[in-house]
Amino acid sequence: MLDVLLMVIIFVVAFLIGYVLIARVPQMLHTPLMSMTNAISAVTILGALLLFSVPTTAVEKTLGAIAIVTAVFNLVGGFVITDRMLGMFKRKQAVVWKSNERTFKTPSVPTESRE
Amino acid sequence: MSALWVDLGIILILIAGIAQFRAPRVARTGNLTAVVALLCALAVVLYRYRVLDPALVVAFAVLGTLIGGWVAARVNMIQIPAMVAFQHGAGGVAAFLVSFVELTRDTAVPLTRVAEVAALLGLVVGAATFSGSMIASGKLANRLRQTPTILPRHNGLLVATLVVIALLAVWAGVTGNAAAVLVALVALLASAIVLGIIFAVRIGGADMPVLISFLNATAGLAAAFCGIAIGNRLLIACGATVAASGSILTHVMCQAMNRGLVNVFAGLRLDSKSETTSSTVVTAASTPEGDSREPVEERGDPRVRAVSLLGDAQRVIIIPGYGMALAEASEEVVQLGERLSDMGKEILFAIHPVAGRMPGHMHVLLAEAEVDYANLRELKDVNGDFVETDVALIVGACDVVNPAAIERSDTPISGMSILRADEARHVIVCNLDERPGYSGVPNPLYSNAKTVLLLGDAKMTVSTLLQGLSCSADAAAGD
Repeated sequence: MLDVLLMVIIFVVAFLIGYVLIARVPQMLHTPLMSMTNAISAVTILGALLLFSVPTTAVEKTLGAIAIVTAVFNLVGGFVITDRMLGMFKRKQAVVWKSNERTFKTPSVPTESRE
Repeated sequence: MSALWVDLGIILILIAGIAQFRAPRVARTGNLTAVVALLCALAVVLYRYRVLDPALVVAFAVLGTLIGGWVAARVNMIQIPAMVAFQHGAGGVAAFLVSFVELTRDTAVPLTRVAEVAALLGLVVGAATFSGSMIASGKLANRLRQTPTILPRHNGLLVATLVVIALLAVWAGVTGNAAAVLVALVALLASAIVLGIIFAVRIGGADMPVLISFLNATAGLAAAFCGIAIGNRLLIACGATVAASGSILTHVMCQAMNRGLVNVFAGLRLDSKSETTSSTVVTAASTPEGDSREPVEERGDPRVRAVSLLGDAQRVIIIPGYGMALAEASEEVVQLGERLSDMGKEILFAIHPVAGRMPGHMHVLLAEAEVDYANLRELKDVNGDFVETDVALIVGACDVVNPAAIERSDTPISGMSILRADEARHVIVCNLDERPGYSGVPNPLYSNAKTVLLLGDAKMTVSTLLQGLSCSADAAAGD
């Protein structure tokens, strides 16, 4: 029973920490965020691996193999796309400074210096 | 106990990765941090348990890596929503397969009650996520009709499927007969797949960002249930984090459209009543429209007028909508922004939360076109600036700039936050046609005297504007 309690606690705490952190992610990064968390959800690969930690029947082998392919596809694909997307975001200082200097009221974009 | 600390360490690395999603460059490190966390998790599991068929496992892992890497390297940014939806589905498949094998396998130690319930939930949520995601992906990739498909008695069917699922799950839980369990589980799997389809077909168009975010959450939830079923803490923690992320994005999207989750999923807005309302609005709006636009046409070619407005402007805010993505005009739009910027004007891009087909999609599309991301603004940060803006340039957006959301109280978009393009001194609209957006509410901005309408393909229109600006700049230099 202690195990169950621990598992529930882990779920709740991870959900809450995730919630607090992710609520602060700027809209600009929402697509890469979803793509990355998508890759994280492929953590089911662990479950698929564990299927093979005991002797398996042919059917179980087949199902387990499909689970591994889909999970790894999700994992690798998700992380690679996220990296590609984030790499596309560029800044061109010259233009930035001009528009931040004297004009629009609310330049609340995260700047490199604040990172 | 030491195993617990190792697990907690890995979870901390993962959280550190997510915490870095602040600005694009650090986020890239954050993504790599998450990769490290998952590699550690894999290493730990391989260290703790002996995999009995290493050759088979490695072979299929390599296969998955090749497919995933190949697809990820080739996909373009317009296809991203379809791709992400497809991946949610792949995650769902893995989750329901693991749950299914755990429930059916004949082991010395039977599953505990908790594990069994969790596995049943993992099976149902995983399978529904799978089929729902496939529908979503098909719609986003334009392989399926994008508009909502409403079956007769849609909500009734949805409830009926849920009841069948509940009954089958209970039957699978109580029956002791192995053959009966197998039958029950296969039936359960089938009904969960049907559930996902019924659930997803009704959602379409501008509601897709809600659906894709929701499926993100359910994919995480399925992983977490799987984790409880096999008693793996890492799976639970990762799944819970993903579920949290998906929930937040779902909430943000619903809020941006001023709609409740139930409202979106139960299709409350698309009933016949609201359709008749909007059609009466069309006829009502069409009369003044004709009158007010006469003078504009007298002033000659609207494109010439648009170019001169842009040439005279000091401050321009560009509002891209999904129409820009459909016309594949993002590069031209970004070039136009740079051209104007080179001419000494102040340029911002104002992006509505539901401008794309998934949360943050428009930002990524513009980033692909090499926009300077420091010039991208969110709705709440930019709305006060429109009053002091000379030209609001709308490209392929309708509902998100429709003042009817504020001025009227009886439309489907009433109460939705909009970009206040109507407050700018002049408005230039580069849309395909004058038809209302997804909501079906006509946009009074189109008939406003300060608006210049440039109808037609946005890619062409924006290119024309670019050329026009270059010509006028040359002429000015010639003087």
